[in-house]
Amino acid sequence: MRALCWVAADELAVREVPDPELRNERDVIVRVRRSATCGGDLPLLAGRDPLLRAGDVLGAEFLGEVVEVGPGVRRHRTGDRVVVGASVACGGCWYCRQGLHSCCDNAHADPASVDPDWGRSDAGCFGRPRAAGGFAGGHAEYVRVPYADVGAFRVPDAVDDDRALFAADAAPTGWLAAELGAVRPGDVVAIWGAGAVGQLTARAAVLHGAARVLVVDRHEDRLRMAERHSGAEPLDYRRTDVAAELRDRSGGRGPDVCVVAVGAPPPDRFGGRSVDRPDASREAVHACRKGGVVVVLGATDGFVDAFPLGAVTDRRLTLRGARRPDLRDVPMLLDRMARDELRTEHLATHRLPLEHGPQGYELFRDRADGCVRAVFTP
Amino acid sequence: MGRVGPMGRLARAGPALGSAALTGVVRLWRVPRWRGRTGADRDPAAPARWEVVTVDRPPEQVLPDGRWPEPLRRLDGAVEVRVRAAPGDRGTELAARPMAGATPPTGLAAHLVGDDPHLLVRRTLRQVKQRVEAGEVLRADRSALDRPEVRG
Repeated sequence: MRALCWVAADELAVREVPDPELRNERDVIVRVRRSATCGGDLPLLAGRDPLLRAGDVLGAEFLGEVVEVGPGVRRHRTGDRVVVGASVACGGCWYCRQGLHSCCDNAHADPASVDPDWGRSDAGCFGRPRAAGGFAGGHAEYVRVPYADVGAFRVPDAVDDDRALFAADAAPTGWLAAELGAVRPGDVVAIWGAGAVGQLTARAAVLHGAARVLVVDRHEDRLRMAERHSGAEPLDYRRTDVAAELRDRSGGRGPDVCVVAVGAPPPDRFGGRSVDRPDASREAVHACRKGGVVVVLGATDGFVDAFPLGAVTDRRLTLRGARRPDLRDVPMLLDRMARDELRTEHLATHRLPLEHGPQGYELFRDRADGCVRAVFTP
Repeated sequence: MGRVGPMGRLARAGPALGSAALTGVVRLWRVPRWRGRTGADRDPAAPARWEVVTVDRPPEQVLPDGRWPEPLRRLDGAVEVRVRAAPGDRGTELAARPMAGATPPTGLAAHLVGDDPHLLVRRTLRQVKQRVEAGEVLRADRSALDRPEVRG
């Protein structure tokens, strides 16, 4: 089959690779209909992850049709149109049973080998290095989906592929941010980053009843998109004193909930954890009202210098984080998509055949031509 | 990981596996290697650390009939095992550590597990946990490099 593979730093290629096969009883094989770029791919694309190998297939977010079913699968049959959550999770460990699928204990093929890194491994993920607990990604004609009863979700007929695709990761991440922030009716919510996750966080905040939602970014096209599709108020940080503006628009209190959805820099060139420059996180901590909640999303692997911890303690802030969403919200989000409460197809700014995957990633990486997400069709 | 506190030790009622099947796999380590992973400032004579996982099932499901589950059973004679109910109704704390006096791995076994017996113990405990909680041990994808014909 054809798949979009990492070849070297900043070099991708569509290659002929072996077809996936059922490796466990709870696996299914999915024929991919759509796959999307995501921000977590960019550190990999830069080639600074020492665990990545030439030939690894990228793609954490995808949707397709079930074509093969393992004997342990109960909820799916061939022909099902499914969207697959980016996290691979077993559904049976303590974390999964609490709904914390992104913390699953049993989704690495060799967890003992990766444990020392952070002390405990998180869930598996598609399109990530195998040595880091990853599985071949969705930028391919076919994908193996482990624990399919847990991570694959049948798409309602009323939801088309372009919309449902974002139920794989971006929409549940945005929803999770609103949940972690405990957004309540009447809240003022500020979001740093107007990419797909930031925009869907804004929409989730609106659906949670937020009175005002403000999105901070420097890309005019993304800000306009957030305003148009999510009902958010745009703040261009190149032209605005963000802190002053947030105070003004929250009656001097500061936002009740601040969400940082700007992604993270790639690991350093030695493959280690980079030292992040937490400009957005710092601004969010300083902006948040007393007793408010700051939520940091994304693959912020690194250590952080000059983080205003004193502001967290002085003002009794709650700091919460998530790298990937859980799977529990996906059916609810698909239902909201079916009811037209949640529209996501506008985020697919560039639709390309898989053969143009390298060009799609270039657009996405450089945010060129107004690219928010590139979506590929095999 | 700190040393596991007092644990109720269950009877080591594992099956008497055939010694031929275990040779070179179970009796893996000599004493000095068991002292590994202790850090330069630790007493080299200190016993090996316990490796421990929490399995989100009650002890009777983790060790049916009080017997070691697979694949832990394959390490019978090479590790000691302790089990206790986890606090807060969180299942079972299953701990194992290499037993003093075991012999080092040889041949293929040594190649596979390297010189850190704790890695094999941890991997085994993780597999027990996966089998009990998920019903299977997850296998990695095959490599995508088998037929690397560049197309684009």
